Amino acid sequence: MSAVPNTIFSPELAARFDKLVMLYPARRSALIPMLLYAQDEIGAVNDAVIAEIAQRIGITELDVRNVISYYSLLHTKPHGKYHVQVCTNISCMLRGGNEMLEHCKSRLGIGNKETTSDGLFSLEEVECIGACCWAPAVQVNYDFHDNLTPDKMDSVLEIYRQKASAR
Amino acid sequence: MPELVSHPEEVKVISRRWGQGAADIDKYIELGGYASLRKAVENGPEWVINEMKASGLRGRGGAGFPTGMKWSFVPKQIEKPKYVLVNGDESEPGTCKDHLIFLHDPHAVIEGTMIAGLAIGAKTGFIYLRGEYRYLIEIMERALAQAYERGILGKNIFGSGFDFDAISHTGAGAYEVGEESALMESLEGKRGVPRIKPPFPAVVGLYGGPTVINNAETIASVAPIIEMGGAAYAKIGTERNGGTRLFGISGHVNRPGVYELPMGYNLKKMIYEVAGGIPNGKALKAVVPGGASCPILRADEIDVGMDFDQMGKAGTMLGSAGVVVLDETVSIVKFALRTIKFYQHESCGWCIPCREGTDWLKKTMTRFYEGYGTSKDIDNMRYLAENMLGRTFCPLGDAAAMPMIGFFKKFRRV
Repeated sequence: MSAVPNTIFSPELAARFDKLVMLYPARRSALIPMLLYAQDEIGAVNDAVIAEIAQRIGITELDVRNVISYYSLLHTKPHGKYHVQVCTNISCMLRGGNEMLEHCKSRLGIGNKETTSDGLFSLEEVECIGACCWAPAVQVNYDFHDNLTPDKMDSVLEIYRQKASAR
Repeated sequence: MPELVSHPEEVKVISRRWGQGAADIDKYIELGGYASLRKAVENGPEWVINEMKASGLRGRGGAGFPTGMKWSFVPKQIEKPKYVLVNGDESEPGTCKDHLIFLHDPHAVIEGTMIAGLAIGAKTGFIYLRGEYRYLIEIMERALAQAYERGILGKNIFGSGFDFDAISHTGAGAYEVGEESALMESLEGKRGVPRIKPPFPAVVGLYGGPTVINNAETIASVAPIIEMGGAAYAKIGTERNGGTRLFGISGHVNRPGVYELPMGYNLKKMIYEVAGGIPNGKALKAVVPGGASCPILRADEIDVGMDFDQMGKAGTMLGSAGVVVLDETVSIVKFALRTIKFYQHESCGWCIPCREGTDWLKKTMTRFYEGYGTSKDIDNMRYLAENMLGRTFCPLGDAAAMPMIGFFKKFRRV
């Protein structure tokens, strides 16, 4: 039985959160991991997520929102099922990061920070993702794709498209 | 999976287990892992700190502070719990070395954290990874679980009475959190804004307790130092710059990658021999030697040794050792704009010189890029950047201003 009755999270995640708040010398240290893991499961840190996490930690919803607005990975509105994050920072820029971003825009038919009408893909230009030596690099959700060319990018997108239709 | 590269000039100290499956504890132990921890436990904290001092190891995050000295600043007679915090929020553009440490040798990070804990009298260590590195966090969590299963982490380690717990922690996207006091704020579940110093973390850090914060590469260097001895490690590098460094070479080179080379290795040789030179017969234009925050070097300035002191003399910094190579086709205006866009995006907004300075630099640089810039704009930008230096709570303001000043100094045409 979870510490929070009527939890909105899966039993596994609720159990994980029960442990996570006890792991640190202060409960609040669990906040950022909890927000990220909740977002992974629910799709966004929406009002319900914020309310339950505030309750679990014992802080106000405003405190939680204050933290969410600081961190670039946290978002209150859902992304596409596959969130395509194209790095255009210096190392990637030198090896075609901007061109990769333009290529993704035209392939997906959407702009930066937009989502396809079927909800499958969203696109975001991001800052350095720590793959500089394997540039240009793109992250789709948490998966890294390195040393990309436009052709390779197409096949990456195709893999996700097939993944979605296989379900 | 990122490619591993290799070159005969490399001296593999930190990277020696890469590509050998050492993320698994059995392989790690087979390859000599956790022997340094045993040695450290047997010889005690004072011995460890002395070896660290003798090693000449300086912080690999970029500041280059001597690690042994940092550890020795933690007060011994203090009631409050002490902590070790590993900075794996690797976000400096041009830097991807910790990515490979976490991927190939997570136990080296755990072992280094434990030795640091032993040295300063901490019983808990936190290993903070940037949120984008989720697959590496999962690797780290498996490694931690294995270390607990074997009784390497936990109570009474090696029957010595030394207890230690290590926890891996995910960030959620913020360059600023790589600054040590912002990192502590973030670990405490808050916005990653810097704290005013003093007090320094060695006295008042996480949860108010004394805290040692080290970069992941620094921590991964600890077990090898304990194994070979501080003096032997120091000999690999140059004076006051002990050991090896993971150089991440990116941009316009034929063989980009992370290479482990002795401190003080010549930059020109690194680009032309180790990384195979510039592709397509192009000429070199410039090099950013240590991640985006380090002032740029022109092609005629690269015959220089890559250690903290020689880079300082050359008017730049070793930083995070992310070497970004630009060929003759690159527009410095475009490159400078992309650099300042990054810092403007990452400024936490806490203090004015950084928040406003990065914003105005970006706006003015954008105008320049669009072709409406004037000579006076460069004067203004340089004045602005120079007045950001040293006037912010944390080094992000400097990190934004320094490369901009470098671009103006080295590549001003009007």
